[in-house]
Amino acid sequence: MAKTPVKPRGEGPLLEIRNLRIEATVYPPGEKPKDVVIVDDVSLKLERGKVLGLIGESGAGKSTIGLSPMGFGRGGVRITGGEILLNGRDIRKGGKSALRRLRGREVCYVAQSAAAAFNPAHKLMDQVVEASLQHRVFTRAEAEKRAVELFRKLSLPNPETIGERYPHQVSGGQLQRIMTAMALCSEPDLIVFDEPTTALDVTTQIDVLAAIKDAIRDTHVAALYITHDLAVVAQVSDEIMVLRHGKLVEWGDTQQIIKEPRKAYTNALVSVNQIEHQEHAPGTTPILSVKDITASYSNNAVKVLKSVSVDIFPGQTLAVVGESGSGKSTLARAITGLLPPESGTVTFENRTLAPRLSDRPRADLRELQMIYQMADVAMNPRQTVGTIIGRPLEFYFNIRGRERDRQVNDLLEKIEMGKGFADRYPAELSGGQKQRVCIARALAAKPKLIICDEVTSALDPLVAHGILQLLLELQAEEDVAYLFITHDLATVRSIADSIAVMHRGEVVRYGPKSTVLTPPFDDYTDLLLRSVPEMEIGWLEKAISGRKMVGAGN
Amino acid sequence: MSVARIPFGALIGLILTALFLIAAIFAPWLAPFGQSEIVGDVWAPMSGAHWLGTDNIGRDLLSRIIFGARTTIFIAVAATALSFTLGAVLGFTAAVVGGWFDMIMSRLVDLLMSIPTLIFGLVVLSVLPSTMLTLILVMGILDSTRVYRLSRAVAADINVMDFVEAARLRGEGTGWVIFREILPNALSPLVSELGLRFIYAVLFLSALSFLGLGVQPPEADWGGMVKENKDGIVFGIGAALIPAAMIAALAISVNLVADWVLNRTTDLKGGRGNG
Repeated sequence: MAKTPVKPRGEGPLLEIRNLRIEATVYPPGEKPKDVVIVDDVSLKLERGKVLGLIGESGAGKSTIGLSPMGFGRGGVRITGGEILLNGRDIRKGGKSALRRLRGREVCYVAQSAAAAFNPAHKLMDQVVEASLQHRVFTRAEAEKRAVELFRKLSLPNPETIGERYPHQVSGGQLQRIMTAMALCSEPDLIVFDEPTTALDVTTQIDVLAAIKDAIRDTHVAALYITHDLAVVAQVSDEIMVLRHGKLVEWGDTQQIIKEPRKAYTNALVSVNQIEHQEHAPGTTPILSVKDITASYSNNAVKVLKSVSVDIFPGQTLAVVGESGSGKSTLARAITGLLPPESGTVTFENRTLAPRLSDRPRADLRELQMIYQMADVAMNPRQTVGTIIGRPLEFYFNIRGRERDRQVNDLLEKIEMGKGFADRYPAELSGGQKQRVCIARALAAKPKLIICDEVTSALDPLVAHGILQLLLELQAEEDVAYLFITHDLATVRSIADSIAVMHRGEVVRYGPKSTVLTPPFDDYTDLLLRSVPEMEIGWLEKAISGRKMVGAGN
Repeated sequence: MSVARIPFGALIGLILTALFLIAAIFAPWLAPFGQSEIVGDVWAPMSGAHWLGTDNIGRDLLSRIIFGARTTIFIAVAATALSFTLGAVLGFTAAVVGGWFDMIMSRLVDLLMSIPTLIFGLVVLSVLPSTMLTLILVMGILDSTRVYRLSRAVAADINVMDFVEAARLRGEGTGWVIFREILPNALSPLVSELGLRFIYAVLFLSALSFLGLGVQPPEADWGGMVKENKDGIVFGIGAALIPAAMIAALAISVNLVADWVLNRTTDLKGGRGNG
């Protein structure tokens, strides 16, 4: 770099937060607005060049704490107490212009959704160098040179020219890395990573993670790494801080947190996803048999499914695994008839299903239900839980009135929610409760097969764990079969009886769970398995060096 | 819900709208004189006998305002109801069914919209007799094109949501999808449009009457009354301004109510939500 600009550097730790208190005002109905405490008495210290992982469920206050070194409160959130010392200065005392000098210069931010964080109307390079030019750290030529170097360091393709593209012209994983380059460009002292890999596929996540880790090491920048995935944070951070309900639970170095957690809550986080599921041997007659299904969107373009064949046996779970674009959700759409396949047949209980949804009799529809990834949008926000769950009862069984209400309450019991929920609207439920209601809606039809499309991927690990356990219990009770679509191999281990690995529209590996997960692997299954973060220090390096093929980088 | 919780603006809107509605419904009992009865001098000033004075041929202005409210509001309400029923049902159906139905309907609406509404109305009304029924039909059908566009756009967005797909997977018919899944979620933009469209209907009717093609004399109607009394303005007589002010007051009060209803219907927590 041409010159090292002078900036205020104090002695001691880079960032020290003392007794931080953050509040927000809420407006409950029929009452006066009141203040709620989001972060309560949290203190932390971060040395130069170190990485601190902030971990917790949604609502733990981790993002709010992560944004505090920039003096920023999202959506009406106010920092009301404590000291935030950055480079020895309390940033709360400096006023607005001091904050403006600090943001993008001393502290930079990498957001969860890079796609939403970039301005689609500007070229990437202009956005990457913007902060450096704004703060007059570099001249434009210098900044662009540095950006290209960072692109190379983050192993982006065509580092010289990628900056000329617009955000929509690069993939999600690449965009996330460009955002990291943007944060590093102005040579800040601290970067806040807010769930930078959560929205990515496992095979892409591993590349982005490795790139971020290398960049942090080479530039000696300090970082706050916010995530809900303990296995991910274990790879990049020196220390981990566990938060819950805005309070500190445990703070220690990475090794201690993941190997010898001292608090019960940390222990629960560490041991999550370890459901022991005894695999069932495939039965003799499958309940659903998919034969040579080929499908594409918009006539004869790219084939999204290429001659896919799988079987599901009664009361068992088939997991379909693959990255985004592998065709796993399309398979579900072909089975349900939403996307009539071009060729091939779907046989359900020895009768061939009509390819089109509109041609199927009501009985076929009833026995094949679906649960969606985003429970928020899978329920009509204008219907109460009672209507949502009760409708299949009315529709398929013509059960109405008091009998319907009784059965709705039974179903609510089954999904471990109380009667009081029948009058609630979806907006009044938490993420996990919403997904439970969707499960109840599917169960209300008394189906023989439920298609679960990434049902746990939008949920926090502990909540997802609860949903998986519920699904397994319900399977045991109701003898329902699941077609479980997921990209998360840990989920697959805990729920599946057989597994189909999909890659670019083809089933590359298929069989009982024990066979599929036993070596020797084909290249793609190997990549998938190696990409699942393990709660072990040094896993990332091992996984990167040991894999036989490289992810598509989507 | 208590009256105290209604915001001030909405309260004013509610009171004024209620007054207009009462005037419209009970016109024969409320009005001191008949609507075509000549009771005094031409353009008499306001007095104890004639609270708002008299019009260009000596009829009581207050009575004509009250009877005018009846005609104007009735035609506007009927036309708006027609345009919303027609526009929303066709718009939703076009979005849900798609294909050729959507194509034919949308191009037909484009065709209607390509002709300026007022000119189209003038042409049709100069051929057909200006009865109340033709007025309602012409206004309703012309206005439904706008409602169609809005409903189709709103429904197209909702139609791709997972909960609509879930309903289809359940095997629900088009009727359920339109009226139970889409309509409740499309209500907010429709209600805000309803307030606006009602006012456009009042204004359109007034414009037609002003041009002599709307409500025919001696029937009272606010737009027609502005026309009858407009010459008085030259002599400093404000009789034309009173029906004009009525149109403005109705426009504002109806929209105050519509805004409030909109605020209430956007709440996703059944009225229990946050303020």
